[in-house]
Amino acid sequence: MLKNFIQLKKNLKKDFSNLKPIKLAILGDTATQFLTQSLRGLGYDNSINLDIWEADFNQIERQVFDFSSELYQFKPEIVIIFKSSHKLLGKYNKVKPEQHLLFASNELSEIENIYSNLSNNLDAKIIYYNYTEIDDSVFGNYANKTESSFLFQLRKLNYELMCFSSKKPNLYLCDISSIQNEVGKLVFFQPSIYVSTEMVLSIDVLPKVASKTIALINSLDGKLKKCVILDLDNTTWGGIIGDDGIENIQIGSLGIGKAFSEFQYWIKKLKNRGIIIAVCSKNTESVAKEPFQKHPDMILRLEDISVFKATWDNKADNIRQIQSILNIGFDSMVFLDDNPFERNIVRENIPEICVPELPEDPANYLEYLYALNLFETVSFSNEDTERTKLYQIEAERTKVFQKFTNEDDFLKNLEMFSDIQPFNRFDTPRIAQLSQRSNQFNLRTVRYTEVDIDRISNSKDFLTFTFTLEDKFGDNGLICVIILHKINEKKLFIDTWFMSCRVLKRGMENFVLNTIVHFAKENGFTTMKGEYIPTMKNDIVKDHYLNLGFEKSETCFSLEVQNYKDRKNYIKIKK
Amino acid sequence: MERNNILSQINKIFIDTLDDEGVVIEETTTATDVEEWDSLTHIMLVVAIEKHFKIRFSSKEIQSWNNVGEMINSVSAKIVD
Repeated sequence: MLKNFIQLKKNLKKDFSNLKPIKLAILGDTATQFLTQSLRGLGYDNSINLDIWEADFNQIERQVFDFSSELYQFKPEIVIIFKSSHKLLGKYNKVKPEQHLLFASNELSEIENIYSNLSNNLDAKIIYYNYTEIDDSVFGNYANKTESSFLFQLRKLNYELMCFSSKKPNLYLCDISSIQNEVGKLVFFQPSIYVSTEMVLSIDVLPKVASKTIALINSLDGKLKKCVILDLDNTTWGGIIGDDGIENIQIGSLGIGKAFSEFQYWIKKLKNRGIIIAVCSKNTESVAKEPFQKHPDMILRLEDISVFKATWDNKADNIRQIQSILNIGFDSMVFLDDNPFERNIVRENIPEICVPELPEDPANYLEYLYALNLFETVSFSNEDTERTKLYQIEAERTKVFQKFTNEDDFLKNLEMFSDIQPFNRFDTPRIAQLSQRSNQFNLRTVRYTEVDIDRISNSKDFLTFTFTLEDKFGDNGLICVIILHKINEKKLFIDTWFMSCRVLKRGMENFVLNTIVHFAKENGFTTMKGEYIPTMKNDIVKDHYLNLGFEKSETCFSLEVQNYKDRKNYIKIKK
Repeated sequence: MERNNILSQINKIFIDTLDDEGVVIEETTTATDVEEWDSLTHIMLVVAIEKHFKIRFSSKEIQSWNNVGEMINSVSAKIVD
């Protein structure tokens, strides 16, 4: 349940000192004090200490176009720009009617101007609130046929904003228009308050706007949901497969099957966008799999499922097994089950996992899940669509590994090849995405966006490497990234080393170190320095540099390349 | 509803909204008498009172009250017993 504004405000008195600080600037053309308080309050519940600088009312242009302004002095990591629909309407009302046709285009070029000034002068991500709809009813329905109407221009502006942001990796739209669609304009906007205070967000809608914004900030910070675990009976289909049999479960046109069909289409779309789908059901495996193989109306098929656990054991134990195969954090998993008893067992045993309180009536599943907005992301690449296959292959490998008693034999048998390349434009989205998603095998957890990656690859101070890994089972794609910073002609600092956890225990870290040490030697460097910055999640690489033969000094680890002996691995360079 | 009854309900809303157990208001109380009562918390109070009594104030009313008594006038004029 979302807290109300007064509850969020009470959070402001709590102790933020142990929470992760993020510097946020808010600039609005209406009064934003309550929004600021809501964001900081909700930040507390998300373990972030939002250090917020709020521009004075209606100061967007002055702050953005004056490079000595408080905004630039504050050096925010994130900037929120909130231009309201009401001010937009006010502006529309003032321009000459013959200019109404160009209203959205002119407005967009002003926004483009704000964006380019911000992104050229700040190292910050920019969040822009889109426009909630106002129909001034001057044309009635005919507004939809009349390009110069306000409604037409407002919708056009929202559309043009989407097109613009799809080309600007550093610009993120926060879709407050969809919040108004969900709650209705009468809830979103209270005219009496607006008239007396210049506030356009009602007290009741503030927590929703804050929540949508924090979801974006969390995903920029790498806190993402990566996997959905599905119960089957009365969650994925209606009825109980073990009792009702395959011909009687409700899916498609039978009974309330429509609700489940639409639910499955939604899960399938999540899978196509890169969310891993797993099954955890109390059933006999062969019985549980039958609908996936044989039922004509099933949308989900076995090839959509990365891990299938149908046993009579405790669900918490099964979910732990799913987690160990996928090797992702519990806090990136969502468990969907219609049964409150099972939900509670899982919640009690694995508190980090997200367990939505599914409504009793399956007809309400989807609307409820839409409103939760669980699957926020800040990137989307081709790799995402391939993820299911990658995890299925991993499950295969696990089976083969069990046949070998000796790890070396297993690794030799995998026939591994790696392709090593410097950063290139083609890989930029994938590199940025790994930077956002990698939590465990990540030595410093400095998050880079596509813009950062471009900047680094064009800089002479940095040397960059990407590694792929393929073996006889399949291609893992790009799985490791190294960024070396030239401290001087002799010393290299390992600014970034992260690796996908899919390729742990394959000797990849040895192969990577051999590669970068060879590079260092050939180019006259003598010393490599590494650093480990602990987070909640990267404990597995605590001793990474020590294990690789680095020596520990006060704050960092160093390695003299001269005496380096190649470390053992079975990976060959792909020619 | 009696004025005293309305006053005590509004007092409770002040306590919850301003998050201060010690707030005591009377008909003559003005914003300067209560430390946390500023133009921003005023809006929170307005919305909380609207919700509690299931009424809506006009924008004129929101700006017009000189003290709690006048606030109660607006409330009692709107609620149906």
